[in-house]
Amino acid sequence: MRSRSSPSSVEAEDKMEKTKQSQDGPLLVGEHVIESRLIVGTGKYENYPTMKAAMEASGADMVTVAVRRIDLSAKGEENLLNWLPDGMTLLPNTAGCYNIEDALRVARLAREAAIGDLVKLEVIGDEKTLFPDNHQTLKAAEILLKEGFTVLPYCTDDPIVCRQLQEIGCHAVMPLAAPIGSGLGVRNPYNLRIILEQATVPVIVDAGVGTASDAAVAMELGCDAVLMNTAIAGAGEPVRMARAMRLAVEAGREAYLSGRIPMKLYATASSPISGRIGA
Amino acid sequence: MTAEDSVRVKINGKDRTVPEGLHVAGLLSLLQVTGPGVAVERNRSIVPKTNYESTPVEAGDEIEIVSFIGGG
Repeated sequence: MRSRSSPSSVEAEDKMEKTKQSQDGPLLVGEHVIESRLIVGTGKYENYPTMKAAMEASGADMVTVAVRRIDLSAKGEENLLNWLPDGMTLLPNTAGCYNIEDALRVARLAREAAIGDLVKLEVIGDEKTLFPDNHQTLKAAEILLKEGFTVLPYCTDDPIVCRQLQEIGCHAVMPLAAPIGSGLGVRNPYNLRIILEQATVPVIVDAGVGTASDAAVAMELGCDAVLMNTAIAGAGEPVRMARAMRLAVEAGREAYLSGRIPMKLYATASSPISGRIGA
Repeated sequence: MTAEDSVRVKINGKDRTVPEGLHVAGLLSLLQVTGPGVAVERNRSIVPKTNYESTPVEAGDEIEIVSFIGGG
């Protein structure tokens, strides 16, 4: 288990140094090694060339994709997979599923189509908020784990459900920062801190990020990665925003690993008090 | 194609008539479905790619053919 707290005692420094080193490396999700802590979606882009350029600018090596019926009347439609930069790990989602049965079907189809065991499990509970149905998500996750999937469940930022998901064997937990596509940023940093403190699997903030500082906040809290789609695809210049998000995730991660100074109400002088003229 | 040598099936939620005696591989080729990232479900069971040649398409079958699109 990793330590998330920032030990203040000198004795803890050695231990913290070791922990940091292991946290400096790539992200490990089950058996999968993910180099970038920014995970990006492939939806909502105006066209594939823009999507590809944004992916490259983001530095991401894991991308989410959705599973849908092939339009049999549309001939010669371009295949999304041909537009993904080389070396991408596919993370198929079960977006649009409102019950366990549909989520399981989509996950199984995705595994067959992707020839991979990863699934971003979404069981949505409500059309307006797109909040996940945590209860059904837990049940679906249990079944998929038994079938050998590497399960990354989308859930609310509720420490209890995150703990339950990790206890049944999920390979990561993906609490939302805010509703999908809302761009509201991290709405409840205190819940995330509790989730992080108890986490034994990677915590990936999924959904709600609006701009670079939101991603940095999530990473500064100690989240292992951030997953986003709309914040990049919906930006005025998606490629530039992708780069901004890459920098923000890296900055936030570095700041977290550095160990920030404590917040204080009053000033502490940066320049020495002694040797001032006239003193 | 006459009524005797064709069967009615449902593909991606729509009724279709296809030649009798097809296997999944033949169906995909008939529908011009190619490319990476395709999966097929027949009557709610996944058809693994290795079974495309041996899985028949029979009257009344409900078939789903999916692939990946952009999503978050």
